[in-house]
Amino acid sequence: MSTGTTKLDVVVSDVVPVNDLVTRFHFRRRDGELLPTFSGGAHVVVEMRDGDRTRLNPYSLMGSPLDTREYTISVRRDDVGRGGSLFMHRQVKPGLEMVISYPVNLFSLDLRARKHLMLAGGIGITPFMAQTAQLAGAGGNFELHYTCRTASLGTYADLLRERYGNRVRLYHDDREERIDLERLLSSQPLGTHLYVCGPAGMINWVRGRAAALGWPPETVHFEHFAAPQPGAPFDVTLAVSGKTIHVGEQQSLLEAIEAAGVDPPYLCRGGVCGQCETNVISYDGKFIHNDHWLSEEDHRSGCKIMPCVSRFEGKSLVLER
Amino acid sequence: MGITFRKETFRDDFTFKNSPEHIRRFPFPFNEDAYMYAVNIEPHVVGPKGSVLENLIDVDEHYVAEMQDRALVLAEDPLRCQSLPHMTLAGWDLLELLMEQQALGYPEHFTLERDGDRWHWINRPLGIDDTFTFGDTSTLPYGPMEYITRQSQGDFCILDQRDGNLWMDAGMVTTQADWSLDFDIGMNFFEWHAPVPLAHEKGIFVRALKFLTNIQQGKPARRLNWTMTINPRLDTSPENYHKWGPDRATVTPENVGDKVHLRVELQSFWRLPRSNGIVFPIRCYLIKMDELVTQPKWARRLHRVIRDLPEELATYKGLTRYRPTLVEWLSKLDDGSATSPGFGPD
Repeated sequence: MSTGTTKLDVVVSDVVPVNDLVTRFHFRRRDGELLPTFSGGAHVVVEMRDGDRTRLNPYSLMGSPLDTREYTISVRRDDVGRGGSLFMHRQVKPGLEMVISYPVNLFSLDLRARKHLMLAGGIGITPFMAQTAQLAGAGGNFELHYTCRTASLGTYADLLRERYGNRVRLYHDDREERIDLERLLSSQPLGTHLYVCGPAGMINWVRGRAAALGWPPETVHFEHFAAPQPGAPFDVTLAVSGKTIHVGEQQSLLEAIEAAGVDPPYLCRGGVCGQCETNVISYDGKFIHNDHWLSEEDHRSGCKIMPCVSRFEGKSLVLER
Repeated sequence: MGITFRKETFRDDFTFKNSPEHIRRFPFPFNEDAYMYAVNIEPHVVGPKGSVLENLIDVDEHYVAEMQDRALVLAEDPLRCQSLPHMTLAGWDLLELLMEQQALGYPEHFTLERDGDRWHWINRPLGIDDTFTFGDTSTLPYGPMEYITRQSQGDFCILDQRDGNLWMDAGMVTTQADWSLDFDIGMNFFEWHAPVPLAHEKGIFVRALKFLTNIQQGKPARRLNWTMTINPRLDTSPENYHKWGPDRATVTPENVGDKVHLRVELQSFWRLPRSNGIVFPIRCYLIKMDELVTQPKWARRLHRVIRDLPEELATYKGLTRYRPTLVEWLSKLDDGSATSPGFGPD
């Protein structure tokens, strides 16, 4: 059976610019019913019909899970990305009918935690918007440390301070404010779980320090959707379906496979869930692995690829699809 | 037209019976004349009218009697219902799921009215009419999981998902085929399946875990499992082995038809929305041999399955002692003719 998710027919009910880079989008169901309940940390995959091209990008739900009249996502404009965020910023207006996936949570709270210590960088704040709302509603114990470039780019910083007061600490790069990670991680009560979402460098920094300070791995949670990176075009043979496809510069391998009418399973489209893992039958060239799912051994072996985020350079690539 | 609920017992005088309509809807688990493990998981979607899949949560003529039996089990042994402290939210998820599904499938028996977090639940067969605040445990007579599973047929395990594994962290288990929630509570998927023979070597549990951790909201899945039980006893728990274990020595050629029951579990798997856990309802259906063999196809097929079952499986399912007697009895109903494909009766 397919492991994909059920789809939801929605309409864009509001589009709200938040600051110079970030815009918030509100979705309601077209049939007027309530949206499915979700848990803090969940994302939806938004289908973007851009001419004859379909982009499928995951975005964290940032509203309160207690209110399912609408879903909200916040999209940071990426002027050098593959165009998904630009499409959202430029083309998506109130009233537009769109299709999104059911919520999927790959960044779930561990409800055993006696305290939830959250570290956000930049647009990585979005899953914590929902998680803090969920915890606050249930009297949960949390503390959020949020780094942003400047006060004016501190998306939702004021709102979070207003809602949760001193449970939220802000750090601004332009004022050279830094999280004192050593001290923070050394002074937590037993039973604390650590959550980090932000740029790859921040995630690696936090995970590395936590490991060095003896935090058990099962208490350290992170969400890092690697956006697919553009790259040189390449050709691929799909052995099972007997097709040869061309992967464009701004296209992911997964998108090219789908455009050829082949539908591998997927959930995150960001190299973390493992659903679209694909066997390599033969290759002559070099893989550009960008996922967080396969082991280093898998990467070296040349036997597997995650088509949602990884690419290829070389003469030929044959996949078991 | 509503269901006519039977007055019957699953202990002492064992008055449990299936009506002719319920015999025909019995979820016979063999679609061919042999049985071996497989990852026989399929989407849990609504099936044909008149089958146990007509609704995703099935309520049948045994509902009231099963709920009375559950109350008796819990009165003797409260540890059949346990929920670790972090599982309360998942309990509310389950309460919502079961109230919604029962009210949807059986509006003449169950009604759910919601006004924000103010909920009104009417369960007519059990004479319950409660108003409570969703999410506030103090407004219910029990915790949310216990409250709703005292009103829902089948056992329920709630699995927490973390660290790439599933953890048996809550459940209501009173109609089980010889396993204990009190023993398994807090175990992970591989730990609680450790006693199952053959399947580990086949890599079945690794594949099954991968599938289950990817179950998505709105896309439940199901599978059937089976064993046999002597007398229509729902509570065949390790805790009560002294009560039902000796029954297996009481099977004679004269009483096979009345005493030996095929026990089928309809297991389903659902992602829970708020807690991101998985609920695993295990719904038990019993049918005595006299009832089952009213369908000649089932009689022929069951004979062949039991006769040819690998020894390890027969031992694990506890059939060893009475298997020869049962096979001999069934063989008289098997003329050797072919059986049609599929599960259903002819």
